[in-house]
Amino acid sequence: MKLLVCISKAPDTTSKIAFTDGDTKFDENGVQFIINPSDEWYALVRAIELKEQNGGEVTVITVGTPADDSIIRKALAIGADNAVRINMEPKDAFSVAYEIAEYAKSNAFDIVFTGKETINYNGSQVGGMIAEMMGLPYVSIATKLDMDGTTATLHREITGGDEVVEVETPFVVSATKGMAEQRISKMKGIMAARKKPLTVVEPTVNEQLVSFVKYGLPSAKSECKMIDPENMEELVSLLHNEAKVI
Amino acid sequence: MSVLVYIDITNGKIAKSAFEAVNYASKIGETTVVTNGNVSDDELSNLGNYGAVKVLINRSLNDDNPNSLSKLVQAAIDKTGADTIVFSNNLISKGVAPMVSAALKAGLVTGAVDLPDAEGIIKVNVFSGKAFGYVKVNTPKRVISLTPNSIGVEEVGGNVSIEEINSEVDARIKIKDVIKQEGDILLTEAEIVVSAGRGLKGPENWGMIEELAKELGAATACSRPVADIGWRPHHEHVGQTGFVVRPNLYIAVGISGAIQHLAGVNGSKIMVVINTDPEAPFFKAADYGIVGDAFEVVPRLIEAVKKFKANN
Repeated sequence: MKLLVCISKAPDTTSKIAFTDGDTKFDENGVQFIINPSDEWYALVRAIELKEQNGGEVTVITVGTPADDSIIRKALAIGADNAVRINMEPKDAFSVAYEIAEYAKSNAFDIVFTGKETINYNGSQVGGMIAEMMGLPYVSIATKLDMDGTTATLHREITGGDEVVEVETPFVVSATKGMAEQRISKMKGIMAARKKPLTVVEPTVNEQLVSFVKYGLPSAKSECKMIDPENMEELVSLLHNEAKVI
Repeated sequence: MSVLVYIDITNGKIAKSAFEAVNYASKIGETTVVTNGNVSDDELSNLGNYGAVKVLINRSLNDDNPNSLSKLVQAAIDKTGADTIVFSNNLISKGVAPMVSAALKAGLVTGAVDLPDAEGIIKVNVFSGKAFGYVKVNTPKRVISLTPNSIGVEEVGGNVSIEEINSEVDARIKIKDVIKQEGDILLTEAEIVVSAGRGLKGPENWGMIEELAKELGAATACSRPVADIGWRPHHEHVGQTGFVVRPNLYIAVGISGAIQHLAGVNGSKIMVVINTDPEAPFFKAADYGIVGDAFEVVPRLIEAVKKFKANN
């Protein structure tokens, strides 16, 4: 099986969120970048497990600059076989999906994986766009994926529950919690990752459909009002009269 | 301007977040709703009250895979000439909206929290609710996915016409089974959420959380560790890797308030935190805090809520 896993970089969860250049750019100063959690923990690890069970090859792909090679090496250390970087600063989800779809079209993958969404843009956009561009079925927000030959059985989250679906390869899937467990890369994997191939592909010219023109931080929360643990009538009264939520 | 809203309907009943999306759309332009499945005309006629003038429904499409729904939305766009397509940002739209966006080459704005301004720029949630972004769409058509509980719902009074619509079914994804969640109130739709964490010491102690939720008409939720060790089902887990909720009131019992948990709840309008540890980080994000033992405070709160309900 040929498996393609799309990964994105994201600031570490504990990073301070700040903006520069007149609030038009994320302030990367002192920020540690990681592989976006759902891309790594669920999509990448499940792809590696499927390869271990059925044989084949796991390729990771990202759209980014040479600065992103460190997260690619990490994905290789966890167990991907090879990597592709489309050499471009990501502009929006459409431009990223377009580049990945162009690459994937000429490489006959059985499954294209993405994470559910990134923790910085929370868009959940790239997977569905790739599926549309490639004319493939899209199984969104899947918590389970098992293969039997070329038939996949997946659980996907829907309003009010889970749906069990069946689909033939090739298809695109976005992975969320439940699909796999995080793997820690071992020293042997880190050493091996250095020798695994990383191919740099130049981007094709494509459009950008949306642009972020500005960012902002929510206004500081007012001080927490402390309430006597003996006096829950006061809390109920505040929730009714002051907060007006009950 | 012609606006199209796709809403998904579960069990024949339209959710509040769907009415909110219709309401939002009607403030942009003349609004048509497109939907599918087995829904009565009576239920659909409620959409007029929130600003829709027309409903297109494909009753033969009992499928919610993104490929089929994308075809349905595109058929409705062909019919109405809509240039703005609105979704409520939920599990279904996260599948469909990007497919529609790519098919139409229409810029997709996910997580909108406000109407487009005079220049068409739309405010969205980014960084898991820790910041805002302002997005400009560079294409003639646009797709907007609205964060639930952002603008609220307003009844405007009005009537809709209901029409059937046909669309192509993508049979490549076959539904084998549907596993329904337990519980009456859907977590992501709930106006009040009562949530508890490891501070409760064991799954046998959830009775009081469920009782408090019942008294308040709330949904129950939990923190990640509690779901991971199996005290509570995974579909109750809120946080960065679980569900994101934005209720009017979020009550957190025995949850320290790690940054990953806050990412799933910081859109709540009011947060109440009950914790024995006065240094728990959750108090920094809370509106009302109670330092105390949950096993004493929660029963008192249940009594206070009962008393309040009896008097109001």
